[in-house]
Amino acid sequence: MSASNLPDGALLRGLTQRRIGRRDALRISGLSALGATLAACGVQGKAKPGAGASVAPDAVAKYWTGKTKVGHVDFANWPLYMDPKKPELATFTKETGITVTYKEVIQEMGPWFAKVQPQLAAGQSIGYDLMVITNSIQFAQFRDSGFLAPLDHSKLPNFTKNAGAQYTKEAYDPGNVYSVPWASGMTGIAYDETKTKRPITKLADLWDPAFKGKIGMFSDTQELANFGLLKVGANPDKSTSSDWDKAAKELKAQKPLVRKYYDQSYIDALGNGEVWITMAWSGDVFQKNLSDGTNFKFVIPEEGGTIWTDNMTIPITAKAPLDAITLMDFFYRPDIAASIANFIGYVCPVPAAQAEMRAAAAKKKGTDKTSELAAADSKLVFPTDDVYAKLHYYVSFSNVDDQQTFQKTFEPIVLG
Amino acid sequence: MNRLKRQLAPYFLVLPGGLWLLVFFAVPMIAMLSLSLQQGDVVYGYRLTFHWQNYTDAISGYHDQLVRSLIYAAIGTILLIALSFPVAHWIAFYGGKRKPTYLFLLLLPFFVSFVLRTISWRQILTDDGPVLQPLKHIGVLPDSYHLLGTPEAVIGGLVYNYLPFMVLPIYVALERIDPRVVEASRDLYASPALSFRKVILPLALPGVFAGVLMSFVPMASDYVNSEVLGSQSTTMIGQVIQSKYLQTSDYPTASALSFILMAVLLVGIFAYARALGTEDVMKVAAR
Repeated sequence: MSASNLPDGALLRGLTQRRIGRRDALRISGLSALGATLAACGVQGKAKPGAGASVAPDAVAKYWTGKTKVGHVDFANWPLYMDPKKPELATFTKETGITVTYKEVIQEMGPWFAKVQPQLAAGQSIGYDLMVITNSIQFAQFRDSGFLAPLDHSKLPNFTKNAGAQYTKEAYDPGNVYSVPWASGMTGIAYDETKTKRPITKLADLWDPAFKGKIGMFSDTQELANFGLLKVGANPDKSTSSDWDKAAKELKAQKPLVRKYYDQSYIDALGNGEVWITMAWSGDVFQKNLSDGTNFKFVIPEEGGTIWTDNMTIPITAKAPLDAITLMDFFYRPDIAASIANFIGYVCPVPAAQAEMRAAAAKKKGTDKTSELAAADSKLVFPTDDVYAKLHYYVSFSNVDDQQTFQKTFEPIVLG
Repeated sequence: MNRLKRQLAPYFLVLPGGLWLLVFFAVPMIAMLSLSLQQGDVVYGYRLTFHWQNYTDAISGYHDQLVRSLIYAAIGTILLIALSFPVAHWIAFYGGKRKPTYLFLLLLPFFVSFVLRTISWRQILTDDGPVLQPLKHIGVLPDSYHLLGTPEAVIGGLVYNYLPFMVLPIYVALERIDPRVVEASRDLYASPALSFRKVILPLALPGVFAGVLMSFVPMASDYVNSEVLGSQSTTMIGQVIQSKYLQTSDYPTASALSFILMAVLLVGIFAYARALGTEDVMKVAAR
């Protein structure tokens, strides 16, 4: 994939903005989250030993029995993940009579988990009936703590009918027991060809001594580990602790070449010449090119990149789970999925939305038409099979010990 | 009855402050102490097992970052004194009627958010930024030269951000010196240098002492400057604690590190106070 087959205009704005919002807010939100964390200190965990991805067969029936329609849903999502005018929610309210309060309160997974963990552990409502969480370590923590309601698939007819096959068997939640995807994005390499003087195609380029001090990597241990694993030829999703050791060794060898392990600020670092080549999220580069007139490139490396997914889940203490699952299913209607994808420009989990977008574009005029058509044809929104073939899922953890071993393996690289 | 009231009055007066301290200082400290001795994880819960190994693990795992933080803070403090003393001295003795104006100008940048100011330094000092780019262009600096990500940048950021905490206490101490005392020393044939060393400096020391306390401690635990201006080779202990709390939910290690940092700082400050003498400080404070 190269920048040349990418659309411009409104789509690019959508492709890109959300990530800036969510990663950037990390440091500033740190202080308030710290307060929440301290409050969490005395609270005990909720998981029983042996709890994991599996769910008791009667759990679904047990949870959903006696749940009735409330008429209102509180929805917690990431910034810039929906048109601020929220046309989809208006349609939903019109059709079902259920009102929705939409809040962009989730900025980063670690702090979000730290914030709601005490309430969930105490069995109290967190004030939201639906929340969108990334397939991260925290996803496993939510799941293993028993904080996520098991989903009743008989209440998800649109999902059953319309969800893309690859979104129904993701390693972090096979069979969509607790979650259904909201949108996905990719991690690859961004570079400034005027400085690198050659096209970048593979992960090994991030290890090229010619770029010493001009290489950027991600500080997120999972993202970083993924690239280390792909470099040593391991599939992150199926990796074992011996693969992790090999990957950590590879990443340590790279360390003297690395300028810095970045959060969202990597995109500015690329902009001001601090790095020439860096790990990157699919949308950011195009946003940068669009807003600053730069000409940076984004590639999925030959060895593969990664795909992450943000998922809709229902917290176990939700006050209106029935309304929440109704809304969840609503987003899997192709016309609604098309409308969301057209605005946010991230990977759409509903393949049928592509035809919907083309149909919708046919009715529009001018830039609206071209940008919607461009989104429908974009490999970043509807990746083709050859793109999917190069994308890998995150490392998934079968238990907490694994996760701690993983952290201990990769954290020292970032913390220096 | 009245007598009883009078006897109890002081206790009632101390009640609000005492409760405040108990609720917002003692309780969190005890909770954190307990947390630092727990074992487990956030999913299955942390249990108090008096696991002192948390401390030894924390030290062996992060002593590089701890030592680095102390060194940065020490260098920063010395630079701060060197920078602040002349400024405070000038304002106190030569500021005249405009003293408040000069102090205001000194404080003006600090009305902007701490994080924003640090990020703006990042923009200014960046590799192809307005400072380095022209220097590289005319060949004074090699193309590969960079300032961001180096210890110099981080210490520079620390010094910049904590400058008022050093200038103000020194200024207050100097401002209180009776000019007649200085004149008297000159009348007794002291050279300006000797007068400075024998009269001004000793009288200013309590201000320096307070300034060191107010800047060294927060600099040693700072986690913004290194995050924004530094790199993996400048990681400070504050960043480790922040990451342990908010990224990996490893509360015991974070708490243990916090206590270790606190203990190191307390020991250092007590030693420093003993060496410099707290009495003078108390006297100045009491005046």
